[in-house]
Amino acid sequence: MKSMKPYQQLAIPDPANLRFGVAPRPLTTRQGLNIGGGLVYPELNFTLPPMFVDANTMPEVRRHYEEIIAGACRRAVELETPGLIVEFETLPPMTENPSWAIELTRILLDGMAQAHAQHGLKSVLRITPNDTREMERPPRMRSGKLYEAMLQTFDGCAAAGAELLSIESVGGKEVHDEALMTGDIRGVIFGLCVMGARDMRFLWTELDRIARKHGARCAGDTACGFGNTAMVLAGQKMISRVFAAVVRAISAARTLVCYECGAVGPGKDCGYENPILKAITGFPMAMEGKTSACAHPSPVGNIAAATCDTWSNESIQNIKLLGGMAPTCCLEQLIYDCRLMNEALAEGRDAALHYRKWMVNSDASRDPQAYVLSPESAVAIAQSIVAAPHAYAAGKAAALTAASLLREALQGGRLALPAREVKWLDRIQKAVEDLPSREDEFIREMMAEVDTTKFVAADYEL
Amino acid sequence: MDNDKPLFQAIVTGDAKAAKALTEQALAAGVEPLKLVQESMMPAMDAVGRRFECNEYFVPELLLSARAMKSALELIRPLLAASGAPSAGRIVIGTVKGDLHDIGKNLVAAMLEGGGYEVFDLGVNVTPEHFIAAVKEKNARIVAMSALLTTTMPAMKTTIDALKQAGVRDRVKILVGGAPISSQFASEIGADGYSENAAGAVGLARKVLEG
Repeated sequence: MKSMKPYQQLAIPDPANLRFGVAPRPLTTRQGLNIGGGLVYPELNFTLPPMFVDANTMPEVRRHYEEIIAGACRRAVELETPGLIVEFETLPPMTENPSWAIELTRILLDGMAQAHAQHGLKSVLRITPNDTREMERPPRMRSGKLYEAMLQTFDGCAAAGAELLSIESVGGKEVHDEALMTGDIRGVIFGLCVMGARDMRFLWTELDRIARKHGARCAGDTACGFGNTAMVLAGQKMISRVFAAVVRAISAARTLVCYECGAVGPGKDCGYENPILKAITGFPMAMEGKTSACAHPSPVGNIAAATCDTWSNESIQNIKLLGGMAPTCCLEQLIYDCRLMNEALAEGRDAALHYRKWMVNSDASRDPQAYVLSPESAVAIAQSIVAAPHAYAAGKAAALTAASLLREALQGGRLALPAREVKWLDRIQKAVEDLPSREDEFIREMMAEVDTTKFVAADYEL
Repeated sequence: MDNDKPLFQAIVTGDAKAAKALTEQALAAGVEPLKLVQESMMPAMDAVGRRFECNEYFVPELLLSARAMKSALELIRPLLAASGAPSAGRIVIGTVKGDLHDIGKNLVAAMLEGGGYEVFDLGVNVTPEHFIAAVKEKNARIVAMSALLTTTMPAMKTTIDALKQAGVRDRVKILVGGAPISSQFASEIGADGYSENAAGAVGLARKVLEG
């Protein structure tokens, strides 16, 4: 397994420097997009309308992807975007049949190459094979047909020309789902910082190997299956928003592992923990907010953009809207958002900070999940993570810092919370403070508490 | 009956240990099992449901209550079966073939259990054949299906068609749910009910079985 390079200090210690379009360690792509180098680029993601994906429907699937990329590139050229990131998130049958994913990757790359040749449109393709390891229960995380097919998909798509590699990995979800439903912060930390961190270390070491082989880049992971599940449940009033905010902070300790294993950004769009990771690593980050309402609601529509380097729509079905096909319409919205951010950047640091202030202030006081993403909160949480010796300690520290930030905001009148939410703040803080200081002791306790039939302990070195 | 109120409270506050102990005591004292269900347990879960609906409870509190209810029901169910009393019903639930999302389905399963139903969770990526076998084996009255991807929604219709072909469609009610699902889609594929969220599933199950 790859040797780790733990981050022990912040790349961006000053919250004023944690802002959109600018990253201390920008990424230059093959076609010359300089992500994090002073401009925010639109990042388009899409999916199929309701239909089966199998050998019989593949002709129709191909047509959809051809239509999507042609429409997107045409509109990108018309609106004179300085660059375009296209994300191809595969669907399960495509990851299980790598040749399909590779073929669709080529279709997208062909469309992008044509737009580059004819109109000079610079673009880059991010490939995000979905993590199919969980299709069998308990999941086999390090071996088996599903795992092998997933790696083949990465390898084949990178060989075909996909330059950025990402995944929404799910290691630890076997325990984390239950912990979310029962409001168990111990289970959350075990799922994210013990199981999740171990799986990330294994998986991203493999992905780094594939990226090096093909001259691609490991871009980044996301705690989508963890933090975003919490966010959606909180949005449905199923779980406390405070709890979801603390889960978000903890999740950064897990996502950080991909950067320790060689990822260089841009972090995956649905990783709402990315502001914290940008502060730690200095790498550019994709974010999504109001523009991803087409895929799921969120309480962070504006604040998410405050620190983004690419601005995404999460996912949209290829269906017809009044304005055209939905992905093309989404891209138009993204491009206009980016234009505005880039206009602010062009006016200089003060203008960018002014615009950032509006993005932050319009959301931060309304929801604890937004509050923990403000540049000041993100830097404070990031600092607590880098000061910790390992992922478990980092998760605990992030939880306590987030809880403390929320309590201070509540007491200072910067955040309004109903009584039933405050109760959860107390509950979380006590539970985290009661956790053992040693990871091995915590593991021993948790292995006796959780349902160990739901995962293969050896796959997590447990 | 002295132990009525404590059992109600134990379930409402999610104290499974107390709920189990109080049920054991009541049964030992000769209290009718059906009376416990009707006068303490179901009213307790109704109260929990109301607290959830008026935003007093979150799911974790609701699940604790459901678990307390389940621990009490496990003692009572065999006695009810032996006495010939009708049970609330058996439900098989699963996320359809090709789809790996299960937290929504798990929530629905937990809520249905809390509602007094016997729930058999088939997991994720469940084939039509697996649903059919479970309906037959468990003598289920409801099939509940979940999907979260636009590309797995059609598997709900495939499953319903397979249930028809296997000759078991008419003996079950079919409920569907999941982010891309709508009531219109549910009607189009021939489902009997659709719930927008997990909290509505118990009421929906009751409604379709009564209807």
